[in-house]
Amino acid sequence: MEYKPIRKVVSGNYAAAYAALHARVQVVAAYPITPQTSIIEKIAEFIANGEADIQYIPVESEHSAMAACIGASATGARTFTATSAQGLALMHEMLHWAAGARLPIVMVDVNRAMAPPWSVWDDQTDSLSQRDTGWMQFYAENNQEVYDGVLMAYKVAETVNVPAMVVESAFILSHTYDVVEMIPQELVDEFLPPRKPLYSLANFDEPIAVGALATPNDYYEFRYKLAKAHEEAKKVIKEVGKEFGERFGRDYSQMIETGYIDDADFVFMGMGSLMGTVKEAVDLLRKEGYKVGYAKVRWFRPFPKEELVEIAESVKGIAVLDRNFSFGQEGILFTESKGALYNSSAHPLMKNYIVGLGGRDVTVKDIKAIADDMKKVIESGKVDKEVVWYHLKR
Amino acid sequence: MIEVRFHGRGGQGAVTAANILAEAAFLEGKYVQAFPFFGVERRGAPVTAFTRIDNKPIRIKTQIYEPDVVVVLDPSLLDAVDVTAGLKDEGIVIVNTEKSKEEVLEKLKKKPKKLAIVDATTIALEILGLPITNTAILGAVAKATGLVKIESIEEAIKDTFSGELGEKNARAAREAYEKTEVFEL
Repeated sequence: MEYKPIRKVVSGNYAAAYAALHARVQVVAAYPITPQTSIIEKIAEFIANGEADIQYIPVESEHSAMAACIGASATGARTFTATSAQGLALMHEMLHWAAGARLPIVMVDVNRAMAPPWSVWDDQTDSLSQRDTGWMQFYAENNQEVYDGVLMAYKVAETVNVPAMVVESAFILSHTYDVVEMIPQELVDEFLPPRKPLYSLANFDEPIAVGALATPNDYYEFRYKLAKAHEEAKKVIKEVGKEFGERFGRDYSQMIETGYIDDADFVFMGMGSLMGTVKEAVDLLRKEGYKVGYAKVRWFRPFPKEELVEIAESVKGIAVLDRNFSFGQEGILFTESKGALYNSSAHPLMKNYIVGLGGRDVTVKDIKAIADDMKKVIESGKVDKEVVWYHLKR
Repeated sequence: MIEVRFHGRGGQGAVTAANILAEAAFLEGKYVQAFPFFGVERRGAPVTAFTRIDNKPIRIKTQIYEPDVVVVLDPSLLDAVDVTAGLKDEGIVIVNTEKSKEEVLEKLKKKPKKLAIVDATTIALEILGLPITNTAILGAVAKATGLVKIESIEEAIKDTFSGELGEKNARAAREAYEKTEVFEL
């Protein structure tokens, strides 16, 4: 069957819901939270209209939502949920359970700032706080990547038996309508066949135990296996991303998407929706003679260390844009990328710009101002200040 | 790229208007983006919504600061909000009002290149029985800007509201399209 996309104008949240529908998820357990709510409302609508055969489990909290997903996934069902900010934080304990039990659940997290003070706007600290739970994390730049990301996440997750989070920006994607090319169901089915679980709690002929005790004699190896699965995932992500490109024309074989990298003095590095604005700004800066490029980190876990080293070897500097912060240290992507490069031969000048926390708009003008600052760093050959709170009111 | 900013009051459907305009342009093969001012809306409070239209994919993810077109759904907003803030010099302003061109211009902080006025409230009351002007005003947008055809607006409205509701709202847009007065300034 020839690929003819179905183009629709949908919000990021609807893109997520359609992807879950097209992935033929079997179980959804979720609890509503702004700005994630319209994902599960749309899924509820699919069920009510008879468009989807999904077991929807209403629950009393996000902790319960993930607990229900774990149970469902352990029976072999393709399982989906979505949340945001405080809801994700409430799931935290169960996130470890999902990854430790090696269950390929896919969740959409709508990046929203953590309270207090209360906020419903974009900020990556919620998902990055779940860094060490064992989940993979994919950051979407636009609604198309939300849709594509969910479909690829299932394929990768079910190959390596590790859960995956697809992350989209609050409002900037979740509530923004944009053109999305959807894939006809038969072609999604070819790309993503039904899940073949290694084990199933529902297989009574071969009973298994989930969540049993592991003594010091065994626990260590369980952790090693999960670590190896993440290493394996890097390979699988590239393969699945390439296959996706071959089938549907959008290539995701790189875990870090780059632009203008070959002759760039420095690149902007960041994740998520703000990288769309960065691309726009870089085009304009190039016209003005700036030797600048971009490096958009698509997958934060597993961390694309090898790709980053390659990029870092070809540039003099990296301006890391973090819409997040780790208190007592710096932007999280900044720490991660410096750490990844430490033992490599690449040592570009690196400066961290903290931007857009709690949904403050990151504009083309901001990116241009940061380019001017970074240009000075390159010219002087010295990082004057490692971390700048760029948006601070002065 | 054309950037449109809608001013309305919570509950009047400014966000829906932005979405329908995007859908109409999409039906004509354009790339589009539509979004609300990212906030927590309250009924009656001033709200803004935005539409971007372009011939290529839209990557920018910021709010709109320098609109090409401003659409005002509620005439009382002219006293409450600087609706022309950041308006481009060649900008177009479209206002739902029963007042005259001169009265509207007096209230605008910046003189637009083009002004369009229509009494969308009366049209909405006659056709829909409700003072919801978000679909009617889109007829004025089609007329004043030429960004999209009125037929595309009608189709996008019928895609958004099914059955009789869609028919009525499309009729409101057509009626407003015919009654809109456009002034080159």
